[in-house]
Amino acid sequence: MDLSSINPILLVASIMVSATPILLAAIGEMVVEKAGVLNLGVEGMMITGAVVGFAIAVNTGTPGLGFVAAACAGAVLSLTFAFLTQYLLSNQVATGLGLTLVGLGLSSLIGKPYEGIKSPTLPKLDIPILSDIPVIGPMLLSHDIMVYFSLALVAAVWAFLKYTRAGLILRAVGESADSAHALGYKVVNVRVMAIMFGGACAGLGGAYLSLVRVPQWTEGMTAGAGWIALAIVVFASWRAGRVAVGAYLFGGITVLQLNLQAAGAQVPVALLSASPYLITILVLVIISAKGAHGAPAALGRAFHASN
Amino acid sequence: MNRRTLFASVAAATLAATTVFADDPVKAGFVYVGPVGDGGWTYEHDKGRLAVEEALGDKVETIYQENVPEGADAVRAITQMALSGADIIFTTSFGYMDPTLEVAAKFPDVKFEHATGYKSAENVATYSSRFYEGRAIQGHIAGNMTKSNKIGYIASFPIPEVIRGINSAYLHAKKVNPDVEMNVVWVYTWFDPAKEADAARALIENGVDVVLQHTDSTAPQAAAQEAGNVITFGQASDMADYGPMPRVSSIIDNWAPYYIERVQAVIDGTWETVDTWGGIDTGMVGIGEITDAVPAEVKAEALAMKDAIGAGEYHPFTGPINKADGSVWLAEGEVAPIGDLLGMNFYIEGITSEIPN
Repeated sequence: MDLSSINPILLVASIMVSATPILLAAIGEMVVEKAGVLNLGVEGMMITGAVVGFAIAVNTGTPGLGFVAAACAGAVLSLTFAFLTQYLLSNQVATGLGLTLVGLGLSSLIGKPYEGIKSPTLPKLDIPILSDIPVIGPMLLSHDIMVYFSLALVAAVWAFLKYTRAGLILRAVGESADSAHALGYKVVNVRVMAIMFGGACAGLGGAYLSLVRVPQWTEGMTAGAGWIALAIVVFASWRAGRVAVGAYLFGGITVLQLNLQAAGAQVPVALLSASPYLITILVLVIISAKGAHGAPAALGRAFHASN
Repeated sequence: MNRRTLFASVAAATLAATTVFADDPVKAGFVYVGPVGDGGWTYEHDKGRLAVEEALGDKVETIYQENVPEGADAVRAITQMALSGADIIFTTSFGYMDPTLEVAAKFPDVKFEHATGYKSAENVATYSSRFYEGRAIQGHIAGNMTKSNKIGYIASFPIPEVIRGINSAYLHAKKVNPDVEMNVVWVYTWFDPAKEADAARALIENGVDVVLQHTDSTAPQAAAQEAGNVITFGQASDMADYGPMPRVSSIIDNWAPYYIERVQAVIDGTWETVDTWGGIDTGMVGIGEITDAVPAEVKAEALAMKDAIGAGEYHPFTGPINKADGSVWLAEGEVAPIGDLLGMNFYIEGITSEIPN
């Protein structure tokens, strides 16, 4: 077995790129679920973000604007979900699945003129001094801005939920909407904002796929990434740090196993191919085995002030 | 006529056709493994469907379902199509083989056509293309153009159709460049742009400068373009948007004549089960334009090979060829028997990795 052709610097760089879309979508969904709402429409919001981000980046020539537009598109799409589930009290599971279908259909409609077009991609950061550090520089410190943004977002979400009053309210709404309501908090408003945040994150994740990771627009290009994000939230037992671990494990092992194959490693391919799923689930289950790991108590339950 | 105006005119024709009422048009159903906008495999099947509508007008009505997973869910999708009154159903991916037979047994009056499989029945015909003929031409170009002597191959599933392509490409690359190495990456999906791009990137990072793909999306083309100095080939569809570099040529699946002929047979009541395997000779396998990125003499050789294959003068699998384990497969001058091609489950000598099972 000759694995010398694998360049660890390039490998780590690829892993970070591969993990970012799932991480963005998963951290958003985690906040939504922390507020007690189960939005299964991540896939639909991601792909809408992917196509809108791509379209705007192509038309303006500025990938940054593409990301902003993608976040807005994801948030706007999630508003329909928020309206249906929070005001009309529709079933969250059914509405979320519907959102996925709408997103897939809408994106292929918007995306038709953009097939086969090249987009401006996000430039890699070139930080003076830092990016020039041998090994660590090219490995960790010279990616595009969204990689760092996603990691910063994870830290921000963690701090928000743990240390801020607003975060406490959000968690209270997710644990017991009735109690939060009795205390005078606006349950529906909190949930709508959480849903929009989740939509915006999913949109960013989608745009990262179409603008950086692939980079192109192809119909149906998320190909299940939204579902992976949903699964990671559950296996990470609704903890921000573990969501990051899960996303990096999944993205990392996906890239690693492809590299092992490309380098000709003598490991059964079927095993390599299944490894991202197996290892991610295994690791997250093990680290979640002890300590509190319950779902938010009000997850998926509709709330109305009259109850 | 570019692709978009084609779409528009076909759509207009379709609209015109459906406004005319006909007596009981034949209903043709298509089951797709990916979205029609994948730019590759499913895109070409859907072009065939649209060609059927255009050619047969109000005598036919077509329906399709995209993104149907292979396996159990395919049974549901195909059954639903049969229940909705389809007279002929094309199932367009290898993994629909058993589901198609299962549903066909329950609907003896419905005709089924399964692409790329090898199991048929009284009401199930099979059809496929000799993609390996196109792979031979790609291998020839790849072997000539690689500088690192490493060719990457993004493979989907370890089935004969895919293995034939790998062997054919490697054989012809090695003929012109004995030092060439084949790096195969199995992605276990037909369509997942992100994973296909990751696979292309992994190959490129491991020193490959030619990427062949047997997956459906254009993502590997985009990844190669980003890397620069890597060449690719359009797969299933021309993928001309990525020419002249990285895409230097392509295999184009042209299903339209076959689909029109088979639906016409249903209309005429002459349909019977057949096993069609078309190649460059019948036009079912097309070779996309070889761009100027390819040296002129290599291009001329490639075109000569295409003509020789099309005329039946040259078979890509002509001995002497040994299997990977060193045993003799084909003796000097021997041409591969069709059974060996259809069930191919071995690499030829020189490919060092194992085929997953």
